[in-house]
Amino acid sequence: MSFLNYLVSGLSLGSIYAIIALGYTMVYGIAKMLNFAHGDVIMIGGYMCFFAVQRFNLPPVLGVIIAMLACTLLGIIIERLAYKPLRSAPSLAVLITAIGVSYFLQNAAQLLWSSNPKVFKSVVGNGVLTIGGEGGLIVSHVALLTVVVCVIIMVGLTLFVNKTKMGKAMRAVSEDKGAAQLMGIDVNRTISITFAIGSGLAAIAGVLLCSAYPTLQPTTGSMPGIKAFTAAVFGGIGSIPGAFLGGILLGVIENLAKAYISTQLSDAIVFGVLIVVLLVKPAGLLGKAVREKV
Amino acid sequence: MKKFLAVMLAVAMVFCMAACGDKQEANDGSANITDGAGMVFKVGATGPLTGGAAIYGQAVKAGAEIAVEEVNAMGGFQFDFNMQDDAHDAEKAVNAYNDLKDWGMQFMMGTTTSAPGEAVSAEAYADRMFFLTPSASSTDVIKGKDNVFQMCFTDPNQGTGSAQYMYEHNMGTNIGIIYKSDDNYSMGVYNTFKAKAAELKLNVVAEAAFTDATSTDFTVQVKQMQDAGVDLVFLPMYYTPASLIFAQAAATGYTPTWFGIDGMDGILTLEGFDTALAEGVILLTPYSADADSSENKNFVEKYKAKTGELPNQFAADAYDCIYALWKAVDQSGVTADMSSEEICEALVKTFTSMSFNGLTGSNMTWATDGTVSKSPNAMVIKNGAYVGM
Repeated sequence: MSFLNYLVSGLSLGSIYAIIALGYTMVYGIAKMLNFAHGDVIMIGGYMCFFAVQRFNLPPVLGVIIAMLACTLLGIIIERLAYKPLRSAPSLAVLITAIGVSYFLQNAAQLLWSSNPKVFKSVVGNGVLTIGGEGGLIVSHVALLTVVVCVIIMVGLTLFVNKTKMGKAMRAVSEDKGAAQLMGIDVNRTISITFAIGSGLAAIAGVLLCSAYPTLQPTTGSMPGIKAFTAAVFGGIGSIPGAFLGGILLGVIENLAKAYISTQLSDAIVFGVLIVVLLVKPAGLLGKAVREKV
Repeated sequence: MKKFLAVMLAVAMVFCMAACGDKQEANDGSANITDGAGMVFKVGATGPLTGGAAIYGQAVKAGAEIAVEEVNAMGGFQFDFNMQDDAHDAEKAVNAYNDLKDWGMQFMMGTTTSAPGEAVSAEAYADRMFFLTPSASSTDVIKGKDNVFQMCFTDPNQGTGSAQYMYEHNMGTNIGIIYKSDDNYSMGVYNTFKAKAAELKLNVVAEAAFTDATSTDFTVQVKQMQDAGVDLVFLPMYYTPASLIFAQAAATGYTPTWFGIDGMDGILTLEGFDTALAEGVILLTPYSADADSSENKNFVEKYKAKTGELPNQFAADAYDCIYALWKAVDQSGVTADMSSEEICEALVKTFTSMSFNGLTGSNMTWATDGTVSKSPNAMVIKNGAYVGM
């Protein structure tokens, strides 16, 4: 029974990683850039929901919507101000800018809301489902919600990218920016929309992250952000099902390693597995190996 | 990549601060001459004013500033207090320390946290700069350095104190420990607690660790405690992870007795925290914001007016530090025109012989090894407030 409990908490943690990783992978797949500020957008999403629900006493659903709107807007602004002017710059410049944005958001949050941690009230309450009576399997409502939301987002995004016109444009931009532009696709607009979607997802991830682990401080997003980035690489960056799989696996491995090997070495084990996977499959579990033409 | 950028920023900042420091020095110098009345001592400090540990640095800064205002208002000699950011990073702390020396610092109110404290106190020892830390509690900060003193308990002191307390009050048949393995503070307490517990034959049945990178998900550690039948969990850590542990334990219906140390202080003022989760938590701490003395009430009122929050133990330790320094300067008769080396020798002598009453204890004395002697109070959280036991 213990094993199942560990597995469930691993799945819940993994789903949060997966939602964050989906944001990373979307932006990377389409704009070919690593948006290291993604983790901090998550933090902003958490704060927005916190203020809406706990300061202004709005219903949690409204809090989530406000957080999503705020983060989408923030994503668009960041893209417009920080990344768009660098569209034709080398990718290293964009990467450094992303790190700068990440620092900016963290420190801005600290100035605005102080470094004191705040406790986030779970949007679905602290209820649990107990299966199998006393000493049985315990599944918190938050864990359940996280897994369900994660699957919905993964399926929704896959359909969006594969079936809609906008999705087609995104895939085209991802494959060849120049050619896409020649075919009449507005590349800038497509990339902006990608950022908007990625940031909206970040808001959801932020709310779920803070609901499951209820502290909120300006650095809340950075560690999950890094882990989710790892998950995205693990699953094959740029691939939507890959991010999902990577996130879930990372969460489960982390929790089982903690439970059965060592609570201290769990991260070392997770990253060890990552290294082994990348040695065997350099493009990640579901990544496509793209041959560079020289 | 992030680290590289951080280093670059730090370098840039050092240049900026160096430039500011020069200007300030010129100003202060001229002010001294025209003023004539009263001596001005330059007191330096560093602490994490930004980054993940900023809450502690900010508390120390606010607490010290209140004390500086008060001692300066008394007339007599004045303190010019300058606190620099070290972002809880040893390298940045040493840079900030050098910067403060250029500014003309004559003695130092320590670093706020232990890891930077170990690096800076070594420099301060080599430079013969008097060093009193409010809250860097690791023994490595003071070890082998006769001019380095602590206002807070050392970590071993807290570990043995906690084990002793459990033994004397016959608490817990099965004891568990959750500790943070990449944190000097937590490890220091954990190691001495374990040693003392073994000596007293306390029944420690489960141990689980976490690190900075895994400090959000405690479901596994909580489950391990529960499976081992632990009825008393010792938590040598700060209150932020502790608040998560309480929440996650409550979610699985696990309700042991929780036993914390001074880092647990502050949990009740955590915004949005459901204080019912901390009901019955026991902690050993030298300071509590609702202590009933007029000095403490005055401090709490000023602190609230300044920051809008209740002071924690870091703020109170910093407040005491400034007063202790003031008293030591007063008693030793040092003057502001003396070099920092001369001031250091005089203050070391006074510090090891004086006794001091502050917010965090009365009749505190310092041993030559730099440790403070004061007694921790056991508090229990009842109806959302600390109550003495």
